[in-house]
Amino acid sequence: MVEYRIDRHSGVATYVQIVQQTKQALRLGLLRPGDKLPTAREVVEATAINPNTVLKAYRELERDGLVEARRGLGTFVRRGLSTAPADSPLRAELDGWAVRARKAGLDHDDVAALFIAVLDTHFADHDQHSQGDPS
Amino acid sequence: MTDTAMAATALGKRFGRRWGLPRSGEAGTGGGWALRDCTFRLPAGRVCAVVGPNGAGKSTLLALAAGLLAPSEGRVTVLGTDPASARARVGYVAQDKPLYPQLTVAETLLVGADLNPARWNAEAAERIVSAGDLNPKARIRTLSGGQRTRVALALALAKQPELLLLDEPMADLDPLARHELMGTLMSQAAQHGTTIVMSSHVVAELEDSCDHLLLVGGGRVRLAGEIDDLLAAHARVSALSEAADLEPHTVVESRVTGRQLTALLRPAGRLPDDWRPTRPSLEELVLAYLRNPQAAPLTPATSEESAV
Repeated sequence: MVEYRIDRHSGVATYVQIVQQTKQALRLGLLRPGDKLPTAREVVEATAINPNTVLKAYRELERDGLVEARRGLGTFVRRGLSTAPADSPLRAELDGWAVRARKAGLDHDDVAALFIAVLDTHFADHDQHSQGDPS
Repeated sequence: MTDTAMAATALGKRFGRRWGLPRSGEAGTGGGWALRDCTFRLPAGRVCAVVGPNGAGKSTLLALAAGLLAPSEGRVTVLGTDPASARARVGYVAQDKPLYPQLTVAETLLVGADLNPARWNAEAAERIVSAGDLNPKARIRTLSGGQRTRVALALALAKQPELLLLDEPMADLDPLARHELMGTLMSQAAQHGTTIVMSSHVVAELEDSCDHLLLVGGGRVRLAGEIDDLLAAHARVSALSEAADLEPHTVVESRVTGRQLTALLRPAGRLPDDWRPTRPSLEELVLAYLRNPQAAPLTPATSEESAV
């Protein structure tokens, strides 16, 4: 089970926050295939957000094939999100890189900026959940 | 059942000189129109924010829908019928939370059960009251404003209404109680599909909980519709003032600072990329309309009669 934290001042649409936090939980293994997501009622009771916002987020997760709604039972995780496990070679390389960056005198924000810049060059087509489409 | 929870057609309410408004001080002009030419349709299952400045006509609108006031012109229907016939299925909490001061909390709930024998959910009422740590034996007159609000909401929710009309429900509550009771309201909406209409002059308070907006200003409906649709229909732009031609678009608000022109508008067609259009927040949208009473209203101009 996950618990959603809604940040009203983040500028990120509320349903997107739920989508992102669910994906994060899938990446971290907090949610695994077969697990049940909280019902819309449980989420809104705890967060005081509109029920349709939760349903919208769940529909988006369903479209992505991550969860499935089973009538009368709830919404369940279909598959996890592939991610490098904590002990993978990729993680070890990144770890080593971070150590070198620190030795080179970069601070936390420098490293984050550098990392995001590189991320953006290699994953430029990644659909960013920004403010939504002002069409 | 009907898919329309509430609909108004050319609804208006005029108060004579001798009669006060439901809330003293609202629209202080004696004998004026508190609400005029009000047309909208609220689909069932929505959580609707009725927003507007003090004296805008919010309380009048809710009292009309509750059947406590009769329209001076036009008409309002709730749950597919007139307000009086729908009363058993409607919960209404007025702004001053009228309760019997000499009764205890427990007695008040008993009265609620007695008056609504077919629909009463005693367990729900108990749960809401006990979440506030209220002594059932305490008399209503000894309660704080926030505690009274809690009892009033317990009464309204235990009735299990299909439509809940709440006039400034959160005004007396501390942030914790506000969050908890808003959560209770949302849970009601999620579980039973209850339509909730609540007024406030604090937009931020309602932004996350509501999916429908009715912006009332100067006794008229300025904006009505799904919040997502309303936001998507508007754009904030920022452009070089000499190069920008706002002409084809409906301008809600515009301002020139030096060479920069900023505006909130309803685009008619595609906006130039260099205007950097962004989607406004609900609060920005509401404030822009309130600051500019002459801005053209945006309400679905469909025939409401056919829907009910």
